[in-house]
Amino acid sequence: MPRELQEVVFVDGVRTPFGKAGEKGMYAQTRADDLVIKCVRELLRRHPELPKERVEEVAIAATTQIGDQGLTLGRMTALLSGLPKSTPGYSIDRMCAGAMTAVTTVSSAIGVGAIDVAVAGGVEHMGRHPMGEGVDPNPRIVAERLVDESALVMGKTAENLHDRFPQLTKERSDAFAVASQRKLAAAYEAGKVQPDLVPVATRHAEKGWGLATADEPPRPGTTLEELAALKTPFRPHGNVTAGNAAGLNDGATACLLASQAAADELGLPVRMRLVAHAFVGVEPEVMGIGPVPATEKALAKAGLTIDDIGLFELNEAFAVQVLSFLDHFGIADDDERVNPWGGAIATGHPLASSGVRLMTQLARHFEEHPEVRYGLTAMCIGIGMGGCVIWENPHHADYRKDA
Amino acid sequence: MTTTTQAPAVPAEVVTRTPVQDVALPGGAGTLALVTLDNGKDHTRPNTFGPEGVAGLQATLDGLRARAEAGEIQAVGVTGKPFVFAVGADLSGIPYVTQREQAVEIAQAGHRAFATLMDLPVPTFAFVNGAAMGGGVELALSADYRAVSAGVPAFALPETFLGLLPGWGGCWLLPNLVGPEAALKVVIENPLSQNRMLKAKEVAELGIADVLLEPADFLEDSLRWAAGVLTGAVTVQRAEVDRSPEAWDAACDRAGKVVVAKTAGRAPGALRAVQLVRAARTASREDAFAAEDEALGDLIMSDELRAGLYAFDLVQKRAKRPAGAPDKALARPVTKVGVVGAGLMASQLALLFAQRLGVPVVMTDLDEQRVAKGVGYVHAEVDGLLAKRRLSPDKASFLKGLVTGSTSKDGFADADLVIEAVFEEMAVKQQVFAEVEAVVSAECVLATNTSSLSITEMASGLQHPERVVGLHFFNPVAVMPLLEVIPGERTDEATLATGFAVGKGLKKTCIRSKDSASFVVNRLLGRFMGEYSRVVDEGTPVEVADRAVAGLAPMPPFVLLGLVGPAIALHNSETLHRSFGDRFFVSPTLRRLVEAGKRGYYATDERGRPVPDPEVEALREKPAEPVELSVEAVRERVLGAIAEEVGLMLSEGVVEAPMDIDLAMITGAGFQFWNGGIVPLLDREGVTERVLGRRILPHGVASVPA
Repeated sequence: MPRELQEVVFVDGVRTPFGKAGEKGMYAQTRADDLVIKCVRELLRRHPELPKERVEEVAIAATTQIGDQGLTLGRMTALLSGLPKSTPGYSIDRMCAGAMTAVTTVSSAIGVGAIDVAVAGGVEHMGRHPMGEGVDPNPRIVAERLVDESALVMGKTAENLHDRFPQLTKERSDAFAVASQRKLAAAYEAGKVQPDLVPVATRHAEKGWGLATADEPPRPGTTLEELAALKTPFRPHGNVTAGNAAGLNDGATACLLASQAAADELGLPVRMRLVAHAFVGVEPEVMGIGPVPATEKALAKAGLTIDDIGLFELNEAFAVQVLSFLDHFGIADDDERVNPWGGAIATGHPLASSGVRLMTQLARHFEEHPEVRYGLTAMCIGIGMGGCVIWENPHHADYRKDA
Repeated sequence: MTTTTQAPAVPAEVVTRTPVQDVALPGGAGTLALVTLDNGKDHTRPNTFGPEGVAGLQATLDGLRARAEAGEIQAVGVTGKPFVFAVGADLSGIPYVTQREQAVEIAQAGHRAFATLMDLPVPTFAFVNGAAMGGGVELALSADYRAVSAGVPAFALPETFLGLLPGWGGCWLLPNLVGPEAALKVVIENPLSQNRMLKAKEVAELGIADVLLEPADFLEDSLRWAAGVLTGAVTVQRAEVDRSPEAWDAACDRAGKVVVAKTAGRAPGALRAVQLVRAARTASREDAFAAEDEALGDLIMSDELRAGLYAFDLVQKRAKRPAGAPDKALARPVTKVGVVGAGLMASQLALLFAQRLGVPVVMTDLDEQRVAKGVGYVHAEVDGLLAKRRLSPDKASFLKGLVTGSTSKDGFADADLVIEAVFEEMAVKQQVFAEVEAVVSAECVLATNTSSLSITEMASGLQHPERVVGLHFFNPVAVMPLLEVIPGERTDEATLATGFAVGKGLKKTCIRSKDSASFVVNRLLGRFMGEYSRVVDEGTPVEVADRAVAGLAPMPPFVLLGLVGPAIALHNSETLHRSFGDRFFVSPTLRRLVEAGKRGYYATDERGRPVPDPEVEALREKPAEPVELSVEAVRERVLGAIAEEVGLMLSEGVVEAPMDIDLAMITGAGFQFWNGGIVPLLDREGVTERVLGRRILPHGVASVPA
């Protein structure tokens, strides 16, 4: 029987408000799996037109798959979210691009016709599971000098990027960070971020229950002067600070993906169409550059050029890493098409969850910008990788004209 | 007297704290101040309200009142810690209350705090996220609106089960919310029916909760719902309560009859609760709360409640750590069980072993027909559970596969425990054990379900008498919690430990008994029934005798006898008479009943209720000079006999402590909480003082401190 390929569409995406990792963070005593379960529940609540038994896969990413982020998290999430026992699930780990990989992996299954509807998402509770918890790096890495030791410390890889591209100064990074904070504050003010936030009941033994309804990390009103005064923890007199990088955060995301046919049949909204995606490896010491080759590869696969892209959702692990992307493609630091609501420097970056945040926001931007036909979501990935997913805007006049 | 009966110091309160966080409600519905009930322990130590906790709640609510008046908050919500809302008043301090004023103050403090919640100038919500009982339920009832999680495993007002009543507003709030019929189901019927609890769905169906929400995101959903109530997007609909005096009183009359039927009117609390519910139709809150205060004052200062708390402590704590049990590490694993006999008792045992231990069970009997009947009984019971969806098909198939039968004992070869349930005769049982010993390993435990025979004697002819232990179950085996564990003279520690371990695996309350005739429950019941029968046979009418002992056992003695079976009762009384002499009475009437093949003293009508049987009347003992005793005289005689027997059992060391007699009578004979089983009743009525010259339990252990 000849194989029929299916178009994959992004139906909806949500996330928890992101919290600060650590004892004082709002999720300090809230379980990681509960965070992602709340997201899946919200997707199901928003889409009563979707019969639960039609969800055929739940792929959930976490970088540290231990404890409440372990135990085949995708399957447990399906069970604990009230999906029928017939819904399978699995866990994904591609470090920061976990949720992005969850999306591309279930999309591939939809694309080849193995399934029609799936949930993809990610969670990272960096308070309960700090980066590097329980890792056991192979001693060959050092013995054979496979990578520089700095490759395993993300902040150091960002410093390495500054070395490689001397034109990417600390001042440019700080300016980019200030803009990120400003744009997120404006988006909150305009009520753009809140609709896709899932309120989460937060457990705390001393304070009692609370309800998380907004991101905890943002520092609206951050100034260049304030940033200039921050320490550079990864290198004396270095460039990378807590102010021009994403913090350590807790949070979860989830989205609903479907074949175009299933969306039509069930009446699911189509917010974006997946055009192409790519993941590419780079030198681990400068992992932040990863989105560049990944984007070039994805563009090539899509038969598009960077000029066809009207909106960018780039994960801001480090300002310098986003700037290296923009410089490469000749895009201005303050280009309006890039991260219109700010990025991870302001919202936070709970590692494996972030990919879906980019997509959820891009889908919202598409609604506001029917003149834009294509957008992309891209992010750098620890241990030297980049990922890029290109999407088409269903609100555009030429949507699927040449598909 | 062991030191364990001495009153210990007042335990420190585990305080349920009430921290508050402000929550921004969705849809711009404003700020809800969310109160969390949390005692800082995990779900195994649920939230309770002691004096400090109630005072803290009062302070929290006073603070919220000020904030509500200042317009800072638009609603107040109360919820629990994970899996637990609150399970009511902390009763651990009650045994130390010595003054009525202290008792009344406990009631008043709760009322004040809950009234503060009711009187807040903003809408109030209870988000019942987990187990809720007693004062926890009353706190929820004090809120304007209630959401309940579908995951709530237990919701109840169990006070009357203990001899108390819902005294923090429950007797007034609940009937006014859902009507007297539903309220009395929760306040009276359920507690007096083995302390039944409501499931979440029933809480919503009865109208106690306004909405039932799924547990996965219960609190988030509750807050969304609360926001809807505030904005008007959600309309809370409640069924109208029929407030006509006729309907109201009829419901209360029905409940009153239930109380009398279940407790013979001897339990404090329940009847008083019916009175309060009756008054709730017209009573103002102030009057209703004052009446509850007085009722709690009376009840807390009653010996019946203290006995109830003592009994509760026995079944909750002492039952889990059997006195006199050897180190459990000595127990041998039991991976296969043999049952000798395939009669009704044996079949029940086979089913229980299969269900609870999940190991193969081989039943044997003399011929194929009996074996098939026994195995068939087990399979039919399993099918019944399957039909009622109490078992999955897989589990049913597993259980049926576990239970097999044979006429040969060869299947016992690899069994770790073989229990006999054959005819109650020493020679037969000795013969059976000899046959089993020829097949089994040297370490296989041989257990006997004898109800009266000597374990030592039964083991005497064996090569390994140290492996024999008595495991005396009570009928019906699946229902009655008690297991008497009896070592013979030569029983070794490993065998005894295995007996206790098996009992625990079967989820039974184990009590160690000395190897003496009829052990604990049957001996004391035998003395009770014997003395009662003697009084009747001598000429006191049954009605008079029944009134004298009402509230002691769960039913009148001759009704109980019908349940046990006259032949078994006669056999028990004969065994006891043989062992202990004339203080145990063998009733000629009973003997004639057995000879005539009667099933009991009463016939039953079409609804299964006992009615007089003319044939039995003809068989009754007709004394030449009937002695008709008064109710008081009968009570004195019967309780006196029981007290004497308890004294003897304690001095003979039949049990480790008097508490074990009470625990045995509660779990093996259905004796009552408000009597503390039996010993607190005997102390309370001065019977022990009269008969033994001393109280058995010091004042304050199961009674109000002197």
